[in-house]
Amino acid sequence: MIEKIYDAVVFGGGSAGLAAAARIAGQGCSVAVLERENELGGILNQCIHNGFGIQRFKEDLTGPEYAERFIEMVEDLENVSIFLESTALEVTPGTPHSVFAYSKRYGVVKIECRAIVLAMGCRERNRGNIGIPGTRPAGVFTAGLAQRLINIDGYIPGRRTVILGSGDIGLIMARRLTWVGVEVLGVVEIQGYPSGLTRNIVQCLNDFNIPLYLSHTVSEIRGKDRVTGVTVTPLEEGRMVPAKSFDLDCDTILLSVGLIPDNELSRKFGVNLNPETGGPFVDAGLMSSVPGVFACGNVLHVHDLVDYVSEESERCASFVVDYLNGAYHTQHHPIVSGANVKYVIPNKYLPGMTNRFYLRSLVVKNKAELVISLQGEPLKRKNLAHVQPSEMVSFLLDEQDLSPVSESAEKKLEVSIY
Amino acid sequence: MKNSIYDVAIVGAGVVGASIARKLSAYTSDTVILEKEWDVSFGVTKTNSGIIHGGFHYPTSTLKGRLEVLGNIMYDRLQQELHFPFRRCGILVVAFTVEEMKTVEKLYMQGVENKVIGLELCNRDRIHSLEPKLNPDVIGGLHAPSGGVIEPYRFVFSLIESAKKNGVELRTRFKVVKAEKKKDHFLIQGENRESLRARYLVNAAGLYADEVSAIFGAEHLQIKPFKGQEYLLDRNAVGLPEKVIFPVPSTVSKGILVIPTPEGTCMVGPTAIEAINKEDLSTTQSNFEKIFHSARRLIPKISERDIITAFAGMRPTLEGNDFYIAISEMQPKLIQVAGIQSPGLTAAPAIGEYVKDLLKTAGLVLTERPDFDPFIEEVPRIRTLSPYEADALVQKEPAYGEIICRCESVSEAEIVAAIRRGHTTMDGIKFYTRAQMGRCQGGFCSYKILKILQRETGMSIEEISKRGPGSRIITDRVGELAVKPPPAAATSTEEGK
Repeated sequence: MIEKIYDAVVFGGGSAGLAAAARIAGQGCSVAVLERENELGGILNQCIHNGFGIQRFKEDLTGPEYAERFIEMVEDLENVSIFLESTALEVTPGTPHSVFAYSKRYGVVKIECRAIVLAMGCRERNRGNIGIPGTRPAGVFTAGLAQRLINIDGYIPGRRTVILGSGDIGLIMARRLTWVGVEVLGVVEIQGYPSGLTRNIVQCLNDFNIPLYLSHTVSEIRGKDRVTGVTVTPLEEGRMVPAKSFDLDCDTILLSVGLIPDNELSRKFGVNLNPETGGPFVDAGLMSSVPGVFACGNVLHVHDLVDYVSEESERCASFVVDYLNGAYHTQHHPIVSGANVKYVIPNKYLPGMTNRFYLRSLVVKNKAELVISLQGEPLKRKNLAHVQPSEMVSFLLDEQDLSPVSESAEKKLEVSIY
Repeated sequence: MKNSIYDVAIVGAGVVGASIARKLSAYTSDTVILEKEWDVSFGVTKTNSGIIHGGFHYPTSTLKGRLEVLGNIMYDRLQQELHFPFRRCGILVVAFTVEEMKTVEKLYMQGVENKVIGLELCNRDRIHSLEPKLNPDVIGGLHAPSGGVIEPYRFVFSLIESAKKNGVELRTRFKVVKAEKKKDHFLIQGENRESLRARYLVNAAGLYADEVSAIFGAEHLQIKPFKGQEYLLDRNAVGLPEKVIFPVPSTVSKGILVIPTPEGTCMVGPTAIEAINKEDLSTTQSNFEKIFHSARRLIPKISERDIITAFAGMRPTLEGNDFYIAISEMQPKLIQVAGIQSPGLTAAPAIGEYVKDLLKTAGLVLTERPDFDPFIEEVPRIRTLSPYEADALVQKEPAYGEIICRCESVSEAEIVAAIRRGHTTMDGIKFYTRAQMGRCQGGFCSYKILKILQRETGMSIEEISKRGPGSRIITDRVGELAVKPPPAAATSTEEGK
């Protein structure tokens, strides 16, 4: 068995892993990147539409172009080793951690390292997760899989499609399918509001006259061998109204019903997971419950823009470098969700620095106010023009904002949206 | 394929047909097994709950009761020879009331009469120590340590592989539609005008045993399909028990169970509802509620949050509810094997023996093959190996290092092994390897499997299907479909995710 030693191992060579690896190596530490596929870039490679990098690079890039920027950064660094077609199946945490990476080329490689960065991204919720009754024919795809098949493999999964869920991938696929000659009969969304970005509703549905059925769901899938149709049922006050159901004849159903951080490996080696996000609980330095194991990107919580993934991953990498240099702070205090907040990440803050947080709202609201409070007393307020669950909110707490904490016995902060 | 006359043709390659074929492969008879689907086990067997029953549900006055007890004890040796997932995890029947405890005592007495080894009656403390996740309201029950779980399709794949290795011929996609009785044999015709000849016949056609019986001019049978819906839960499910948990049975069915599978996942179900249409395998929301309500009564921590998928299957039942395994009175060279519902899987190895003896009685000459080899090659599964064992294997066979299915840790070599054994549909590969069976349900691995299938079989992408014709995965290639011109209003600039 080949044995290797690095300062840090990054699990995943997608947007999160690349940004983290580049930053860690850029600060002089050695790092290995484990990537399952035969090329770097992750899901960005199949996102051939543009709109990436507007925040990060002030440019409008496609997914592969955005990935390329980071791939070049990593490839220019001598102290990064890339393991392609390599899958970590076993991890023994400790000092050092042992990682067993499986690949065709090298067999099983044992890598010892002091820090691990979880950057495996997320997976798509599927039919089983949402329990659509009916038959089990071919023709039911998750939207991301369909995107992969069309954009990378050149395969069209069906000719008449209904899309369930108005997540961003589903919306983008509605347009993409139309462009390759597939008829998109409609996008069905169980909520009363879209779960994807507004700009995608406009550019991917409205521009192509694709109907969006809000407060509707697919209540049955039909077809013995291949999908032959679905029943669409409206909801009134949260209950299905079967009497108002209608049928759509289609041969394909695409599911865009949410993403789940892919933490099966993390769970296996003892990382505590947050049921709200599906990702690890992390402290102010994005370190999980296992010392030396960090997390960033969609494996930590599902982001809506890759630009935020890059930001978070680079931030995470700086903490990893601190950890490797023995300069990691450990005086963290908890920050928790208050009213109308689904989650706030990270789960802890550090008073002596500027802390960046990402949160998701539970409510749809115009002219909302974000309030961070200590023992019921507002510490900081921020006006938000509009909040909705599908759009992530970001805010900062700096040393000055946090100065009242030092005089308080209770350190726990609470974040609310009013 | 051959032009001469087979000694035996078995119709149906489910667990029953496969068990008979494998038994006959130990003899010098010339046997062919016919399956209408694209792969074996794709009928009733595929959706079987996979329980090896404990021999206490039926009296030995019934044929199914006798064959269940005999079949159960044959599984250990079969596993050594055929390497399918099987675990004697034990079965608990749990009682909530004194009344139910009385039924449990009857089951216990029945099991003792059936000469089942190891049965025990349990008081409250004993049953909760055997299964700590049980509902605290359970007051006692029955423990059958000889009960267990198996992967039914894997069992059939192994049986067929062994039978083929010993000379049995398998013809899939052969749906028997017509038969003519000749002087000393039957001329059997398939749906696509293919035909073959055989002297003896075994009707193991499961749900369609009635139709097959009619085709051969034998007894009028009426198979009533009883539908069952079930849920597969994640291996991380908090409610996953150590043992199979049964409620106290009703007169109609054994009830909704909680089943730990031999591969570490969990199943809950099945319902038992008489179906009108044999082909209707749809699931419903009302069954969902019923199943989870009943399962939570047994183990309160069972949660719908852990669902991976739902499915439904059929039990082929006959009037009287016993197995009908006999030489046909109308066609003396036809053996009827019909109405094989629960405990058919448990009984299957014993059914193989029983049918072999019936064929002998019917006149078939059976001579043991001196070169019969009961063993098949064991295909290593990367998920069962330590990293050091895995490394040694990958050095010899690099394809074991390529992990295709991340949820269930399945390597490329295992997918190739499935394909080379004839499992060339997406479902066939799923059942042989577990790839696509985990929590992502193929989201990450199916495009890789499509590629491997094309490479290994030479099939085009459009020919690859979920489970046979009509269920193809890909309809067209990019560039092949006519694209409608965009509506005039499409002007806004794009800004993607």
